[in-house]
Amino acid sequence: MLRDLLVISIGAIFIQNFVLVQFLGICPFLGVSKKVETALGMGFAVIFVMACASAITWAVQKLLVLFGIEYLQTIAFILVIAVLVQFVEMFLQKSVPSLYSSLGIYLPLITTNCAVLGVAIVNITKFGAAEFSFIKSVVYGATAGVGFTLAIVLFAGVRERLESSNIPEFLKGMPITLITASLLSIAFMGFSGLSF
Amino acid sequence: MKNVFMNGIFKENPTFVLFLGMCPTLAVTTSAFNAVGMGLSTMVVLVFSNIFISLLRKFIPDKVRIAAYVVVIASFVTIIEMILKAYAQAVSAALGIYIPLIVVNCIILGRAEAFASKNGAIRSAVDGLGMGLGFTLALTVLGSIREILGAGTFFGISLFGEAFNPVTIMILPPGAFLTLGLVVMVINIISNKKRRGESKIA
Repeated sequence: MLRDLLVISIGAIFIQNFVLVQFLGICPFLGVSKKVETALGMGFAVIFVMACASAITWAVQKLLVLFGIEYLQTIAFILVIAVLVQFVEMFLQKSVPSLYSSLGIYLPLITTNCAVLGVAIVNITKFGAAEFSFIKSVVYGATAGVGFTLAIVLFAGVRERLESSNIPEFLKGMPITLITASLLSIAFMGFSGLSF
Repeated sequence: MKNVFMNGIFKENPTFVLFLGMCPTLAVTTSAFNAVGMGLSTMVVLVFSNIFISLLRKFIPDKVRIAAYVVVIASFVTIIEMILKAYAQAVSAALGIYIPLIVVNCIILGRAEAFASKNGAIRSAVDGLGMGLGFTLALTVLGSIREILGAGTFFGISLFGEAFNPVTIMILPPGAFLTLGLVVMVINIISNKKRRGESKIA
């Protein structure tokens, strides 16, 4: 069991990195990666929401199966995620104001982060009927979030340096950012040989 | 009307100019076939959700509009998903998880908010068609480049014969970022030249 969870975690963080290998959550990856600090804030918000979303969509899926309406999966999941993000926002605002003020602006953005809906769907296809599928889903959700955070923080570090370097006119802005992401993705491909 | 249509294809191309919907753009462009499949599916969802949201725009309360838009979009995505599963197994299998993820493609929600909620049904449909075609075009360009270099084929047809040694990295994840980066670079160079040319004439 523990070994399984370890394999799932390492797989989610390094081998099947959500951003650099599976291309989920690219929008925030390119959008809020200008500073390490904001990248870290976004990362933590994503970890939190992805773990919660994995837990709740697991239960929703059980309900959908119970009523035989699995085809409503997409609609149900996206609504649950939107509501969840709203709740998390309200809850943090009331009870942990310090965390809220640091995550505040990123939380609403997470609803349209495809990594969250992505992790919910991957969970179902990956652990659908397996033993301990609930724990596995939550661990996968949280560690996939860690993988996202790792990628975005590394990337923000590189981009901070890019700000002050001399870049040819035609590469400025998006092109150099994408080429940097490409190099980072090559680095992560080094993990793809890992197997257990 | 013509402007609304052309806007999405060139001036406000969702991929190359606005950088919206990056996830499917990078993920499914491993071959031209996948790119076209993804582009067309997104376009259909975009056109229908634009029409519906534009028709409903007077009834949807302002406060819950985003949630309402998401439900409309998710319904159409589910319909497309079922149609693909029934009639186009190959596309459905190749695109996998990225079909339900059309829901969170920011192009669709973006057009709903920026265009369909303010314009009539026909204009919105044309806007959806233009944006969708622009997106499909962009994906096809990326998919073709990656497939030709990375696999030596174009829509599955072998181009160079046995002797060609494919640049496999182009169809792997790093190739996605690299191709998009280089294509945007070329577009930047062209538009900069154009601007310089215009200022010289002026």
